[in-house]
Amino acid sequence: MRLKDNLLKGFVKENPIFSMALGLCPTLAVTSSLENSLGMGLASTSVLIGSNAIISLIKNFIPDKVRIPCYIVVIASFVSVVDMLMHAFLPALHKSLGLFIPLIVVNCIILGRAEAFASKNGVFDSLVDGISMGLGFTCSLSVLGIIREILGAGKILGFQIMPDSYQPMLIAILAPGAFITLGFLMGMIKMMQKKEK
Amino acid sequence: MELLYKLLFISISTVFVQNFVLMRFLGLCPYIGVSKKLDSALGMGMAVIFVMSMASCITYLIQYYLLVPFGLEYLQTIAFILTIASLVQFLEMGIAKYAPALYKALGVFLPLITTNCAVLGVAILNIQSTWADGTPFNFIESILQGFFAGIGFTLVLVLMAGIREKLEYSPVPESLKGMPIAFIVAGCMALAFLGFAGFKI
Repeated sequence: MRLKDNLLKGFVKENPIFSMALGLCPTLAVTSSLENSLGMGLASTSVLIGSNAIISLIKNFIPDKVRIPCYIVVIASFVSVVDMLMHAFLPALHKSLGLFIPLIVVNCIILGRAEAFASKNGVFDSLVDGISMGLGFTCSLSVLGIIREILGAGKILGFQIMPDSYQPMLIAILAPGAFITLGFLMGMIKMMQKKEK
Repeated sequence: MELLYKLLFISISTVFVQNFVLMRFLGLCPYIGVSKKLDSALGMGMAVIFVMSMASCITYLIQYYLLVPFGLEYLQTIAFILTIASLVQFLEMGIAKYAPALYKALGVFLPLITTNCAVLGVAILNIQSTWADGTPFNFIESILQGFFAGIGFTLVLVLMAGIREKLEYSPVPESLKGMPIAFIVAGCMALAFLGFAGFKI
């Protein structure tokens, strides 16, 4: 039961974007299409799983005072690995995400989970936490990516789904569309949560 | 003359055309988090301007005098984030010792800046950005870009804080209160800043 709760919390209850508003920069910057959203989400997930596992393993060895720099070094190493792997195997995606791959280091979700969860729990729980939070993040990014790609280009993953007569709203894939879509999505989620209560 | 042209180019393009917050989506967490009050927005903005200029200066030196000669460019991310973290720590100690008044004003914001992605972002962008003919930014230009990126951040942060203070008294629909309306307002601001796109000197 505990494992299930741990695994599901990242999607709804403690969803990093919609209920905690963490990791906003990549959320808005890369969600102009579903492909970019998935790429960014999975890259962050793998960094999160790795760093959570390592940090929960070394948590007893690092002095309390220098723990944040230590966490940052661990996270930065994983980010460099992911950066180089993507550069080698997915060059097109690497190019379109660009600056935001090295910036995974300062994504508040990863440091936040290291501090709030991995530094207090065992390896297995931390791994599950990383998977749950990472996939929750990926799902939220994909929702935004789908909405913006449909509105802005009439496509999903490059396939035309809107009829030809549909005039794409270019604004949805530009910067203002990102802010406004996220604002309304957050509002909708707040409204649904209120109804449940 | 050329210097003046470059100064004008960097200032306008980083403050308005490619604003770090609204166009490049960097530094959004403090933008949404610290924009509830005008005073704290101004304090945060000043601290960011300061740290960004210092960080641009130091990361430039590290890149070209340490990483490139030894062929260690792949360590860029780790090197830069550690530099920024320790820079912020030193600045905090230095300001606390020599300028207590400034420390009182900026104190709470300094530790937050380490995880402000705009700072790491500007450090990496300084290395990546080039002029139209392909020459990379030099030392002075990098510092200028860092400084003006900070100015651009402060500008939108202060504007946003002003709007949000007024928003407190507006009849916003119940479920849009707080964060959601802040994003929608930010979207409208981004729409306004989109007017600068394609602006050429």
